[in-house]
Amino acid sequence: MRVLVTGASGLLGGDVARQLLRQGHNVATFQRRPSGVDGVEDFRGSINDDAALRRALAGAEGIIHLAAKVSITGRAEEFDAVNVEGTRRLLHLARQAGVRDVVFVSSPSVAHSGTAIMGLGAEQADPRHARGNYARTKAEAELLALAADRPDFRVAAVRPHIVWGPGDTQLVERVLARASRSRLPLLDSGAALIDTTYVDNAASAIVAALHRMEQVHGKALVVSNGEPRPIGELLAGICAAGGVAPPSWSVPGGLARTVGAAVERVWTWAGQEEEPPMTRFLAEQLSTAHWFDQRLTRELLNWTPAVSIDEGLARLAEHYGSRTSRTR
Amino acid sequence: MVAANWPGVDPDWSRTIRVKSTSEVDAPGAVRRWHVLDNAAQLKHLGLTPRGTLLCVHGNPTWSYLWRTLLSAGADPAHPWRVVAVDQLDMGYSERTGTFRRLADRINDLGDLTDALGLEGPVVTVGHDWGGVISSGWALKHPQLLAGVVLTNTAVHHPSDSPLPPALRLALHPAVHRWGTTTSDAFLRVTHSLANPPLPAEVRRAFMAPYRGVGRRAGVGNFVADIPANASHPSFPALTHVADGMCGLKVPVLMLWGPKDPIFSDRYLKDLISRIPHAEVHRFEGAGHLVAEDRDIAAPVFDWLAVHGAEISGSAVSGDDSRLAGATGEPLPKKTDEEEKTQFRPLWDSLSALAAGPGKDDVAVAEMAPDGTVSGSLTWRQLEERILDLAEGLREAGVVHGSRVSLMVPPGTDLTVALYACLRLGAVVVVADAGLGTKGMSRAVKGATADFLIGIDKALAAASVLGWPGRRISVQDLPTARRRILGVETSLHALAKSGAKSGARGRVAHGRAVRQQDTQLVTVDPDAPSAVLFTSGSTGPAKGVLYTHRQLAAMRDTVAATFGIRSGARLVAGFAPFALLGPALGAVSVTPAMDVTAPGTLTARALAGAVTAIDASVVFASPAALRNVVATRDDLSGSLVQALDNVELLLSAGAPVPEPLLAEVQQLLPQASLHTPYGMTEALPVTDISFEEIQAAGADAAAGTVLGAGNGVCVGMPVHGARVSIVALAADGTAPGENLLTEAGVTGEILVSAPHVKEAYDRLWLTEQESAGLTGWHRTGDVGHFDAAGRLWVEGRLAHVVTAPGEVVTPVGAEQCIERLDAVRLAAIAGVGPSGTQAVVAVVETVPPVPKAGPAAPQLAGLVRRAASEAGVHVSAVLVVPAQPTDVRHNAKIDRTRLGRWASKVLAGGRPAKP
Repeated sequence: MRVLVTGASGLLGGDVARQLLRQGHNVATFQRRPSGVDGVEDFRGSINDDAALRRALAGAEGIIHLAAKVSITGRAEEFDAVNVEGTRRLLHLARQAGVRDVVFVSSPSVAHSGTAIMGLGAEQADPRHARGNYARTKAEAELLALAADRPDFRVAAVRPHIVWGPGDTQLVERVLARASRSRLPLLDSGAALIDTTYVDNAASAIVAALHRMEQVHGKALVVSNGEPRPIGELLAGICAAGGVAPPSWSVPGGLARTVGAAVERVWTWAGQEEEPPMTRFLAEQLSTAHWFDQRLTRELLNWTPAVSIDEGLARLAEHYGSRTSRTR
Repeated sequence: MVAANWPGVDPDWSRTIRVKSTSEVDAPGAVRRWHVLDNAAQLKHLGLTPRGTLLCVHGNPTWSYLWRTLLSAGADPAHPWRVVAVDQLDMGYSERTGTFRRLADRINDLGDLTDALGLEGPVVTVGHDWGGVISSGWALKHPQLLAGVVLTNTAVHHPSDSPLPPALRLALHPAVHRWGTTTSDAFLRVTHSLANPPLPAEVRRAFMAPYRGVGRRAGVGNFVADIPANASHPSFPALTHVADGMCGLKVPVLMLWGPKDPIFSDRYLKDLISRIPHAEVHRFEGAGHLVAEDRDIAAPVFDWLAVHGAEISGSAVSGDDSRLAGATGEPLPKKTDEEEKTQFRPLWDSLSALAAGPGKDDVAVAEMAPDGTVSGSLTWRQLEERILDLAEGLREAGVVHGSRVSLMVPPGTDLTVALYACLRLGAVVVVADAGLGTKGMSRAVKGATADFLIGIDKALAAASVLGWPGRRISVQDLPTARRRILGVETSLHALAKSGAKSGARGRVAHGRAVRQQDTQLVTVDPDAPSAVLFTSGSTGPAKGVLYTHRQLAAMRDTVAATFGIRSGARLVAGFAPFALLGPALGAVSVTPAMDVTAPGTLTARALAGAVTAIDASVVFASPAALRNVVATRDDLSGSLVQALDNVELLLSAGAPVPEPLLAEVQQLLPQASLHTPYGMTEALPVTDISFEEIQAAGADAAAGTVLGAGNGVCVGMPVHGARVSIVALAADGTAPGENLLTEAGVTGEILVSAPHVKEAYDRLWLTEQESAGLTGWHRTGDVGHFDAAGRLWVEGRLAHVVTAPGEVVTPVGAEQCIERLDAVRLAAIAGVGPSGTQAVVAVVETVPPVPKAGPAAPQLAGLVRRAASEAGVHVSAVLVVPAQPTDVRHNAKIDRTRLGRWASKVLAGGRPAKP
């Protein structure tokens, strides 16, 4: 079938497009920059450009919607425009274009209010309590996407939790950059148990959702490796793979959260372009447990992660080892 | 009155009814308005036919709201019962009559109401607080309707010679009474505050709702004023009538009790049990006065109704016996009465025989002094005399058949004599180990409500400080002042002396008759309770375990047959529980010089000295004692080393003994066969294994040639007369089935059937139902499996099973793999997160130990994870601790429940404190 992947220039989007191609699907991609995926029909444009979207949607039976503004800081209006309004427009135009299935790629942070999550499933998205503009707007978008679910226009939400892998700029590069400048502390000794998702697994789960719409439409599913690890150990693993010394200093999580919130406000107000050293969201992510019950996800998707955390770290090490020089 | 504001109440239950009063306090023809919660309409709506009616009566100052969980459970199609919970007049939402209704009126009131309701049988009354008395009063007046009685924290009798509980005295004090109960809502507030855990705000509001305003609280004050503090009180006769009537109750009775009650403490429970010995009792440790709020009482009440289905419905056929059927394995067949009578040999049988035989002047028991000399000994005849003298003395002091006597005496001759004296009187000995800690021991002895407490100084001091029940008897004579401080009545020494005198008189009066026949000591019912022993409490509060005389005797016979210990054997008693069996086995026993309450104080020298003193061939010792013996072996000189050559058998019980330690013990006792039986307080022993067999099992596990060998601690084969089976684990980590298996490699809960298995848990009816749900079998709470050679492998406690997604993890196998790492001394597996999707956590104590608890370094974490995966276990997190929290009693078993709670906090992102 013909599938449109939005946001295919990102790590996960590109991987999704490639997996679809390997399965023999006819794949179109849509994003502002070139997707860089060989073998797809690449459309370029803004999610708020109806004409460009209509062109990309022509003939599509399924959509995997990954395009989003992903950042820890930034102005609220930008998040609203891309994540909420962009999704609303896409759904509207997709239905007009006769698309049958939509997989909305979401994030567990849509239901994360800052407290520890231990073994929970996919809770209801809640924009009022979500932390930060990204989570808030993704929560709003997920709610309106799932509300659009109909028998002839099926919508499912898949929430991969902390996706990482070779080429990842969101987590891996940030961790390595911070660690190399000694700006990566461990909060509360780094004991918080965290679930993550190796990028191949996130992609295969998203593709599985498209094939299992019968079982998953109208639902939100959290996807992860199902191998929670203490955050400190995970960061150390990433640092080791990237050839950087692991974090060695620890600050109390409560302090970091307070400081992070203050820094976040000052940074945004001062209009700084660079990311702040600590935000409340980051502090919460690094100091509270979040790992999930994967039983229902695996059953409904008829899917299991193919790459373990240890195997993923080995691939990451291979990735950085193959680079001749690593700029710091 | 807005039923919608009562959380947990279906508004349709609430109804009012006008009832003609026949109570003395009312003018003839008076009509009273009652409020009741009644699920009859709901049952009808659901098309359910009730099996009977629960008539629930609240106390002061609650109301029918207290019983909402019963109303709700009664409407469950699985067990439909009509539940009528009344608001007594002047209470709850019933009429404020302006009268002072006394106990007799209130009992009559309830009868008026049930007449008006047209209540038909069978009726089971349910009462709390003074509602217990009133519902019981109703029960006695309606025998044709009555099918059962349920009581929760109540009392029907207060001995006139003892003061009321202080809290009640305060409420009754003229200066406080009106203000405290009526003018203010203090009495209500205090009562609501007794809940453990505290009541949710909305529940508290619901309990307070009908009593807002002075005018609505007159009943609360009158209720308190109607408590008969002494015989001159107007309600005293009515109360006495109920109390006396209870003794004749023949219907099933269930008592559910919250022991943390400042008013209705365990002594009132004891009084009730003495009136209704057939009552089934469950004490919810940690719950208090408002037991119906503190714990789920609905499930136990309906379970109990189901168990007594036939009796309660009055029909011969019951549909509720299914829980007893369905087991594929058959328990040991019950012997007929005749067989039993002829086969039963009381525990002291060998002792008496030896005391009357040709060897009566040989040493029976001895104690060693620290310098290696014998500090005291008794011949068989002397031992028997001492026991009979003390029994006589105890009898004169009031110890009778069924009396509970708490023994707080360290092992040695005094304990041996006291124990056998009590048993021969038919008294029930209560033995709580000092290893439980002061708090655990206090809970245990209070729960067992001993009538007498025989103790050493330390125990008596604790008893007077902590208010342990029972008339106090010291071991030695104490100075008068000390006796007064400790509240001690007499001493074992004095009792024995007095008993000896009476015994001598008896002998003179009866000519040359043999002692046993003139002291009425031999007629003990084999199936009467003989002892309450306490579990270690490694999974929850210590439980009292009740044994009959027959079961104690069976324990003796099992030990004798399994280990070949015959009359005339000579043993060193370095492990208390088995040491008491010495005289019963007809074995000469010697207590080595050690602090018997601290097994780790047994030295090699003390052991060798004891062996030498009686030329012993058998040694009983705990693993902790063995560890110290090995550690102090260099102190042994030539002759003592040689003495140890004569030991033929070593028994070590209490906890598994590590193989390297056994190897070292073997060097010290080269001729001895080393045995480490496995068992528990409820069944001692269950299986046995020798050092050679442990080595063979280990080799089989390593070779992988025997199906099921490995993944656990091999504990060998069932002991003489015992049968062991497995009930397979389900995905949720429980063992719910009734299918008894012995196939190799199937992991599940270990069940045992043997003549020496306990009779019941003491005052823990629910626990007993769970453990003995399969008739004739005891659920041990341990998990394990058999191998193809028929050996049992223990994998841990059922309560410690971790339920990861798609796999049920038992702790021991992975722990053993992790402990093979050089960097690890002790490992414990625990689970965090919700059941069914738990993350597996390994908590390790390293070599050298870490200074601070926290996540393991990545490298160690990797090693541990790989090691655990050898046992097929996927570990998420690895935490390190400076020292594992170990179970207080055995100092060897790791407290995994506590570790799990700690790990859960740390891994949630908290700061790693101490486990």
